[in-house]
Amino acid sequence: MPTNQLDQNPLPSSKTGTPALAKGAQLGNLLRPFLPEVVAVFLLIMAFVVGGLLSPFFLNGPFLLDSTTLFTEGAIMALGMTFVIISGNIDLSVASNLAFTACVMAVLHVQYNVPMEAAILIALALGTLLGAFNGWLIARLRLPALAVTLATLALYRGMASILLGDHSLSDFPTWFAGVDQVVIPHTNIPVELILFFILAIILGLILHKTVFGRWVFALGTSEDAARYSGIPVSRVKIVVFALSGFLAALAGVIMVSRLAVARYDLANGLELDVITAVVLGGTNIYGGRGNIFGSVIAVFLVGFLRTGLGVANVSAQNQLAVVGTLLIIAVIASNFFNRVSRQHG
Amino acid sequence: MSEQTSILTTHDLHMAFGGVDVLKGINFSLFAGEVLGLVGENGAGKSTLAKIVAGVHQPSQGEINYQGQTVQIPSPHVATKLGIALIHQEPLTFPDLDVAENIFAGRQPLNGGVVNWNAMYKRAAELLASLSVQIDPHSKVRGMSIADQQMIEMAAALSQEVKVVLMDEPTSSLTPNEVAHLFTNMRRLRDQGVAIVFISHRLEEVFEICDRVLVLRDGELVGERVTKATKVEEIIRLMVGRQLSALCEKKTGANNGQLLLEVKNLSRTEKFADISLDVHAGEIVGLSGLVGAGRTDVGRALFGMLDTDSGEVWLSGKPVKIKSPREAMGYGLVYVPEDRQHHGLLMPMAISQNMTLSILEQLSPSGWLRGQAEQTVTNEYTEKLHIVLRNISQAVRELSGGNQQKVVLSKWLLTRPKVLILDEPTRGIDIGAKAEVHRLMGELASQGLAILMISSELPEILAMSDRIVVMREGRVVAQLDKADATQERIMAAATGQVLDEATIESNPVEDHS
Amino acid sequence: MTAISNARTGNQNSALPVRLARIREAATVVLLAIIIAIVTGIEPNFLSAFNIRSILLWVPLLTVIAMGEMMVIIIRGIDVSVGSTMGFAGIVVGMIFRDHPGFNIYLGTVLGIMIGAVLGAINGSLIAWVKIPPVITTLGTLSAYRGFVFIVSGARQIDPNYIPKELIRWSQRGPFNSQLVPWVVIIALVAALLIYLFLHYTKTGRNVYTLGSNPEAALLRGIPVNRTTFIVYTITGAMAGLAGILYASRFGFVNPGQTGVGFELTVIAAVVLGGTNVFGGSGSVIGTLLGCLLLGTINVALAVLGIDATWQLAVYGVAILLTVSIDAIIQQQIRRLVTGE
Repeated sequence: MPTNQLDQNPLPSSKTGTPALAKGAQLGNLLRPFLPEVVAVFLLIMAFVVGGLLSPFFLNGPFLLDSTTLFTEGAIMALGMTFVIISGNIDLSVASNLAFTACVMAVLHVQYNVPMEAAILIALALGTLLGAFNGWLIARLRLPALAVTLATLALYRGMASILLGDHSLSDFPTWFAGVDQVVIPHTNIPVELILFFILAIILGLILHKTVFGRWVFALGTSEDAARYSGIPVSRVKIVVFALSGFLAALAGVIMVSRLAVARYDLANGLELDVITAVVLGGTNIYGGRGNIFGSVIAVFLVGFLRTGLGVANVSAQNQLAVVGTLLIIAVIASNFFNRVSRQHG
Repeated sequence: MSEQTSILTTHDLHMAFGGVDVLKGINFSLFAGEVLGLVGENGAGKSTLAKIVAGVHQPSQGEINYQGQTVQIPSPHVATKLGIALIHQEPLTFPDLDVAENIFAGRQPLNGGVVNWNAMYKRAAELLASLSVQIDPHSKVRGMSIADQQMIEMAAALSQEVKVVLMDEPTSSLTPNEVAHLFTNMRRLRDQGVAIVFISHRLEEVFEICDRVLVLRDGELVGERVTKATKVEEIIRLMVGRQLSALCEKKTGANNGQLLLEVKNLSRTEKFADISLDVHAGEIVGLSGLVGAGRTDVGRALFGMLDTDSGEVWLSGKPVKIKSPREAMGYGLVYVPEDRQHHGLLMPMAISQNMTLSILEQLSPSGWLRGQAEQTVTNEYTEKLHIVLRNISQAVRELSGGNQQKVVLSKWLLTRPKVLILDEPTRGIDIGAKAEVHRLMGELASQGLAILMISSELPEILAMSDRIVVMREGRVVAQLDKADATQERIMAAATGQVLDEATIESNPVEDHS
Repeated sequence: MTAISNARTGNQNSALPVRLARIREAATVVLLAIIIAIVTGIEPNFLSAFNIRSILLWVPLLTVIAMGEMMVIIIRGIDVSVGSTMGFAGIVVGMIFRDHPGFNIYLGTVLGIMIGAVLGAINGSLIAWVKIPPVITTLGTLSAYRGFVFIVSGARQIDPNYIPKELIRWSQRGPFNSQLVPWVVIIALVAALLIYLFLHYTKTGRNVYTLGSNPEAALLRGIPVNRTTFIVYTITGAMAGLAGILYASRFGFVNPGQTGVGFELTVIAAVVLGGTNVFGGSGSVIGTLLGCLLLGTINVALAVLGIDATWQLAVYGVAILLTVSIDAIIQQQIRRLVTGE
């Protein structure tokens, strides 16, 4: 009687399995280190499916493209937050940075007649400076990032509220306001979106393809080892936070343009969306692992999620509940994946 | 003294860390009412043995017999319940709590579920008084001297009806007065029937306080003596006595070139004082001494990781002030850390990324990473050092200890240093890799590098060094030429003994009594 | 003769940094005195009965939560969800008062505390057992709970006419019908006292300090780290729940978009100013009480001096930054002194 080949060869091998199975195993091995990002892409697709089911209005090309302008600001800040978290730190002050620099820009132009172009540049410089201040406190005084950025979260927003009180400023030049309406001619693609992608590509290249980016990963993996290896740890930290501040200011300029108004409570609470997106996108909260691509996917995931909920008539406040829960689930999942990938490492 | 009256006996105890045997076949007995000294070189396994008895580590093999019964000690908590206490070299205290609470942490005396502070302070005062120490049980521990913190740890041990006290290098941070005080307390405990294990490298103290002495060497128990019936020389002989392995490469003659590294009276409070040494091109200077002598701190200070209070460092005839590893690298001085897992490597990252970590700016002057260049350089050194790997993109944590060390060395050699400080370069790696590292060191020296090798392995020091500098308690205590150096002489200097040369020479080298 | 022993000076315990670390609470009192002095200098009528009452009314809300947050920071954690928990408990109990007029206010208070405890327990479980970093957990629950506040309340506020009159009277009258020290103040003081008793006279309470002072050593000594962590976050949640009820009493309404929003910053500022060390291990009930008093005084002072309430946030930010910096520097100095590191 012919013996079953499988009995003789109990170990799974490509000889007894089908070619498709073997290829699948190879693909699995290739993708495994990117498990979190793969899941993010999967969730994004699911979000589209669910969104479409929730409401027929959702799967409308022009509508979706237009809706991206609502979360482009958070998306830009998420790019900076990716650097911060990979380096082993956290920046809670981004939204407050955004608000203060936006208010300064508005005050300069509306109350002091500074040309709008100059006001924008000053805002960007100020945001960078405020970020660098965070970095300096953390690097030189060795203060914990959490405590420092929690304090500057309050301080920067407080400075915004001292500046503007409860007033709104809205006297902006016509060329400035409404950047979210600008689309590429003959298409529905907002220019903002293109700007975001360009930024994502540039920052992605910096993070993954430059010496500085390698230093950021090293710092987040082991600050001691990075220092012993001759990496200028303090400098890297300050630059990372300065970058985060710059991007926050940039997001602020765009937000003021979109809303055509500057108030002290701009982007209140937006740091939550930003951190959620970064963690959801596969960046490890403890540092040393992550990538820009994952953050981009996750940013769209969270953004479209909010859009979909909005279309389904879920109020902004109720959406909060969803995003908050999402953050927790994202971290639990991230914990789990990191443990899994370490076993197969 | 039969096994029946021993309070603790170990049978065939083995301990392995990451595949490397640290303790082999340890059989010994501890008796109530004695002070047992435990001596040996760095890495002989003394601390590990104490930690096993205290429940911090679990042995990979063997059993422990306590009070006549076989026991498992899975955690320090269980050890404490059994009446076994460990006094750490660096005391584990709660700085924000007061002394009494430190003693009774987690076990505060209760009065019907409510913490009884009066009883706690009273009891703490009693315990402290029994140790004749003047510490106010109400004062907070933060800011207290190491000696006081040790007393508090002892008081905590006493508060638990302790039967076995293990003390790991307790005197390394104490003044002579504090040591005398500690010994008085130890004698008192001993007379009350407590068994004390005293781990120390200060042999004069071992002879003063201990009734018996056990000698560990390379993880094995090589001798047991009654202190009254033996001499220091014999203990030293047991500690170091071994056949020098033929695998150790003997270095072929020094090439005394230019004076590349000159250290003059370098000092830093609490760490080291008045350190002076020089290293020439083509020379290997071995820096020997026991754990806590301050050698790593000197290395770190030279590399810019530690500030110094006074003294000078001269490189190639010019004085320099190095404030960071980056600056040191700029001068061509590099330091390969002792702890390769936490300081030397980024464990989850790829081999190629680790190897190129310190030369990224040179490899990529434009700032853009050049994968091709990284690969070339990594492959070059993988071949040169015979590193065994699957591919250069795998995580460095998957490599064996020896190969990991080679990656670390490659990383630093890629920076083309002129002065190379190696801290325990062959610790925890297999014989074959050791030999390769030694051969590499020889080559580097003949190419004109100045090498300062910090090592606790005497055979390595003797084989590789042109000159040997011995440190003890933060100071340089001896400088020996290769021709004059023997294991015994180095160990004597490291432990602060004056040798009777005649005694050493008249006894054979090997002894496994 | 060792390099080490030669270099050591006399009694390290009396060195300046160590002494500075001990007088943290005194610093808060001094700061309080200075502020009162300055403000009274500008506005002599500062310490009027009206102003004192304003301060006293403001403080209880802050105090009850600050007691919990203090414990959280002692064990080296953080809880930014307390404002949302406060809102949630306030809204739910408020809705009960609205839909069931005549519902017993004491029962309502207990209910509020229990709701808060459950929300705190969720935080505690995620932090202690699922091992999610506290900042992330409570950042997530800050939003999740606030979102649920809106969902549950239908985004409608609980109007004044639905809040029981007796509850509001807690903020208007006190023992012996006094107007100066309303019942809410007494409640807050009792809560503070209970926390004090817990921290000083129970083993779990002492474990809080032990765990915060040296987590590794605590583990080795067999202290139940996870359980202690869980309990701390649960109590904090309960306190936030109580604060929700006190909010209804003080302001006479509960609004999903206002109650407790942003309050976590005020709480953390009070705790930090009151001497609790951001690095963990130390903090006292008295100090935190003083910190709350200090913040209340600053708030009323701002109003009295005609300075916009908008300065509050900036003041909190600067206060936290300054205290954390000073704490860090002192701690680094002490470490250098003892170990040379």
